[in-house]
Amino acid sequence: MQFWIIQGLNSLSLGGLLFLLSSGFSLIFGLMRLANLTHGAFFMLGTYFAAVALRSFEGLNIWITALGVGVTVAAMGGLFERLVLRRLRANPLGQVLVTLGMSFIISDACLMMWGGDSIPVPTPRNLQAPTRLFGFVFPTYRLVLVGCAIAAAVVLYLLLERTRLGAMIRAGVDDSQMARAVGIRVSNLFTMVFALGAGIAGAAGVLGGPILSAYPGLDADMLPLALIVVILGGIGSLPGAFVGSFIIGTIYTFGTALFPELAYIILFLPMIFVIAFRPQGLFGRVIA
Amino acid sequence: MVPDALNLTNVHTFYGDSHILHGVSFTLPSGNVLALLGRNGAGKTTCISTIIGFLKPRQGEIRLFGKRIEGFPPERISHLGIGLVPQGRRVFPSLSVRENLVVAERRRRSTARPWTVERVYDLFPRLSERHAQFAGTLSGGEQQMLAIGRALMGNPSVLLLDEPSEGLAPQIVAEVGRTLGRLKEQGQSIVLVEQNRKLALEFADSAVILNTGRCVFAGSTLELLEDERIIEQNLGVYHGH
Ligand SMILES: Nc1ncnc2c1ncn2[C@@H]1O[C@H](COP(=O)(O)OP(=O)(O)OP(=O)(O)O)[C@@H](O)[C@H]1O
Ligand SMILES: [Mg+2]
Repeated sequence: MQFWIIQGLNSLSLGGLLFLLSSGFSLIFGLMRLANLTHGAFFMLGTYFAAVALRSFEGLNIWITALGVGVTVAAMGGLFERLVLRRLRANPLGQVLVTLGMSFIISDACLMMWGGDSIPVPTPRNLQAPTRLFGFVFPTYRLVLVGCAIAAAVVLYLLLERTRLGAMIRAGVDDSQMARAVGIRVSNLFTMVFALGAGIAGAAGVLGGPILSAYPGLDADMLPLALIVVILGGIGSLPGAFVGSFIIGTIYTFGTALFPELAYIILFLPMIFVIAFRPQGLFGRVIA
Repeated sequence: MVPDALNLTNVHTFYGDSHILHGVSFTLPSGNVLALLGRNGAGKTTCISTIIGFLKPRQGEIRLFGKRIEGFPPERISHLGIGLVPQGRRVFPSLSVRENLVVAERRRRSTARPWTVERVYDLFPRLSERHAQFAGTLSGGEQQMLAIGRALMGNPSVLLLDEPSEGLAPQIVAEVGRTLGRLKEQGQSIVLVEQNRKLALEFADSAVILNTGRCVFAGSTLELLEDERIIEQNLGVYHGH
């Protein structure tokens, strides 16, 4: 029983991380029609920054680290969009290539700076003691992580659905040319959404650190999961990313625990059916 | 001398290599309604798309109250005061009716009585009843009203309407017609593209006819109505089409 409970919580915490990663990926794809293959690298960068910061400064708070790293990675993402991607707006394939190249650059830079060994990220001291609930023992940090992801989902949802800025972003997703014709500066929204997505990915990398550690290849492990979440949930849909993340978090966690050799088959096989029978995903709209 | 609201001079527009507009010129005096007519494929939408900035003309000038705007991006042209009601309406389907209006709201210092969501609801009470509904679930007529209201929220000095009566039931067409009449009374400058010639010429002060991307008539509505031949040649039912 303890196995199922623990794996269940592991599923939820991985799902929470996946949501933080894929919500930005999904928004960027929905608005810019751009598969941002740098997204996994932004996450990994966050984890490395956290490893360095938290190991160098004893007593540094992980939440403050997540905030600082989030802002830093957001700024990097915003610059990348402004200086590079913007020039390639008429060339979608070029954009994909550039985001892929950027992810390779980031991962090589991390390898050069921090070497090939995995670097653990310390769990915050006040969250190291396990929590006892209903006679079971839970790792406290994972519980808090799930709470964080849910809080982020609520904030993002309110931003998108309840503010004028959010409505402008959705208008750009619906019909970006028409959005421009009613005076919306869609290219500024592109930069904003790209920076926001990158920042959330970076912050997620920090928060995922104590569970995952920083290691070369973390980006390549996370990116396909985000891709699957977005395909399952529906491109550009925040509720889709939320539900998709927890489904994929569960499948992946139990898959690797029960049938470790088959984990990727269990993960990718259902995607073939999703793409074949419901290409718009669970919550997505059909894109014209 | 007050400059004209909108002026096109010798505008040439291409889709890739195909030359669509061959030197289009016309003038819309402030407060007037200009009907832009022509058969299917004549280049009316191409002309509207060039004015709003979806397409860049390869040659020619477009002036808004004397200021050149050709080749500007659409958001800049919108800020300068051109509003678009596009062919096919193109409301934002996943936004509510109210959100469709709110995202297009733009204050302009020069407007004495700015358009607000409430004022659009006064013009189209049907929209007020459906304010929280997704725009994608509205009927065609309601979407047309929303597209007009959305364009007005930018307080445009020139309003471009591309076939606002297309595909609508007769009583809805009549309502669109009444709205156009009210906007004209309020002094709104309008370029009206229409296949429904009767509707267009009812309001228009002047008319321009395009045929395969060329202006074949530009003059007052009265002149046009007297020239059966021009109408027959360029707007009449085209056999073999
Ligand atoms: N995206 C495009 N690419 C290439 N050619 C196009 C494109 N859109 C329109 N055309 C061509 O440009 C010409 C003018 O089309 P346009 O849409 O401006 O006509 P229109 O007068 O608005 O017709 P309608 O009354 O059917 O709306 C047509 O020959 C059309 O085939
Ligand atoms: Mg047309």
